[in-house]
Parts: sequence; structure tokens; C-alpha cells
Amino acid sequence: MDSSTLIAVASIVTAGLTTGIGCMCPALGEGRAVATALTSLAQQPDASATITRTLFVGLAMIESTAIYCFVVSMILIFANPFWGHVVAQVSGK
Amino acid sequence: MNLTSDQDILWQHGFLNLNETIVTTWVMTLAMALGAKLLTRTPVTEGAVSRCQALLEIIVTSIDKQIQEVGLNPPQKYLPFLGTLFLFVATASVCTVLPGYRPPTGSLSTTVALALCVFVAVPVFGIRDQGLGGYLRTYTKPTLIMLPFNIIGEASRTLALAVRLFGNMMSGVLIIAILLTITPYLFPIVMTALGLLTGMVQAYIFSILAAVYIAAATLARRPKPALQVQAPLNH
Repeated sequence: MDSSTLIAVASIVTAGLTTGIGCMCPALGEGRAVATALTSLAQQPDASATITRTLFVGLAMIESTAIYCFVVSMILIFANPFWGHVVAQVSGK
Repeated sequence: MNLTSDQDILWQHGFLNLNETIVTTWVMTLAMALGAKLLTRTPVTEGAVSRCQALLEIIVTSIDKQIQEVGLNPPQKYLPFLGTLFLFVATASVCTVLPGYRPPTGSLSTTVALALCVFVAVPVFGIRDQGLGGYLRTYTKPTLIMLPFNIIGEASRTLALAVRLFGNMMSGVLIIAILLTITPYLFPIVMTALGLLTGMVQAYIFSILAAVYIAAATLARRPKPALQVQAPLNH
């Protein structure tokens, strides 16, 4: 395998792994957060406005980790700087 | 495939270039401003209000209520800034029902600009509310050791605001584009509907986070309201 093939393989495999693991773990976290919020909503329906708002803010915080993973994998696939370097070298020669 | 609409340059002259993001933002802003102007040509303060005025009033009063629930009083002071943020992000995501439209919030430059507005607005509101010394003192809460962490937090939450909105909007557009090539007709429509929901949630989250940050900067030194003594519940 030459270096360009290595870069392509590493990028694609890492992009898949990043999205896979980066979806799994925040999904577990969000599930726990929603389950706890539902429990407290059932116990205290009066506080629904506060609980819902705090839940949304917390979910946004958790979700942003998944979004970071997604952005990284999108960069690896569509805007890879290392692959861009290889393409520049090939076209330059 | 282009990741963002920044890379589609429509007009270029020297070092000036107009990309699709800027044009979409301008058209959207114009449409919103003209629409609001047209709908409130004949505002009435009493008696029966027209449907259009009622619609706009519902939007304004519900934003007002949300700001108040975060703890910012009076909400009128913060409504112009937070309301503009919400309406811009919400309109940008609702317009995805139009074919050929790509949301300007799906480009990192727009979301960074919005996040920088929040980054600047937090100290502005904080200093206006409790003076320069009082605002700077919030950085040393709860102890002086937390000073560097508070400063890092200020920068990292701005980055998080920008990347969160960008990632959500960009992923929606990208997933629809990918699904169009794999399973046309049905699934892209379902994902568009889901994108409308996540777009509204993101607009809500963006403005509520900005409100929470401003509240943290303005309310930190205000004495806490006295605890309300609740009557014991009798079942």
C-alpha cells in the first residue's frame, strides 16, 4: 500500500468509527436524561415548565458532543486536508 | 459535493465575492422585515385585532414569556436581541420547505457570527446591569481559583454554540441530499419534516442558551429572592 491508499483507508475507517461511537455514547446519555426527566415530570407535573426547559438545555449540551463527532467525520470524508495534500501533489507533478 | 453554501460563489469582482449564504441571508432578512411591515400597517390597540397582528403578537408575547422564565426581568430590555436571534434561526430552518433553498445557518461563517454576537452581548448586558467592577467580579465566582476556568468556559461555549447550530443544519441538508440519491420520493420528505422539528428546537435552544448566559452575567450578584414557605401538603 502506498501512502495515498493508507490515507484514504484511514480516513474512511476513522470517519465511520467516529460517527458510530459518537452516536452511541450521547444516545445513552440522552436516554438517561430523558428517562429521569420523565420520572420527575410524573412526580411533579407542576414543575413541567422548568423541567422541560432544563431538559432541552441539557440535551443540547449532550447532543453537541455527537454533533462534534459528526462534523469531524464529515470533514474526514468531504474536506480532508491530508487527502487534499495528496491531490495537490499529484496534480502538481 | 459542497459541504456548505459558502463555496457557491454567485458574483465576483476583484476580492469581493457574493456567495449563496450572503444572498440567502439578505433575501430572508428583507422578506422578514417587509413581511412584518406589511402585516402591521394598521395596528390597533383596542377592539378586534386583525389575524396578522394577532399572529405577530403571539410570537412576541411567547418570546417575552420564555425570557421572563429564564429569570431576565424586565424582558423588554432583552427582547430585541434574543427575539432577533430566535426569529432569524427559526426562519432559516422553516424555509427549508422551499425547494432549492439551503439554510444560511448551515454555513459555519453565519453561525460563528451569531455566536460572536452572543459573546459580545453577554458582557454588554452584564456591565450595563451591575457595572464594570461587578461584572468582572463574576469571573472570580465562587473562588479566585475558578478565574481561568471561567475564561476558558466563556470561549468554549461560544465555539459550542456555533458548531452545534452549524452541525445540526448542515447534517439535515446533507442527509436529505444523500437520501435523494439512495431512496428518492418518500424518505427525503420524512427527513425534511424531521429537519423542520430539529430546526425549531435548535432555534429555541440557541436563544434560550443565550438568555441563560446573559442571565448568568446579570443576576450573579443580585440577592436571591427569599425562599417561599410552602404550606405542608395534606393528602
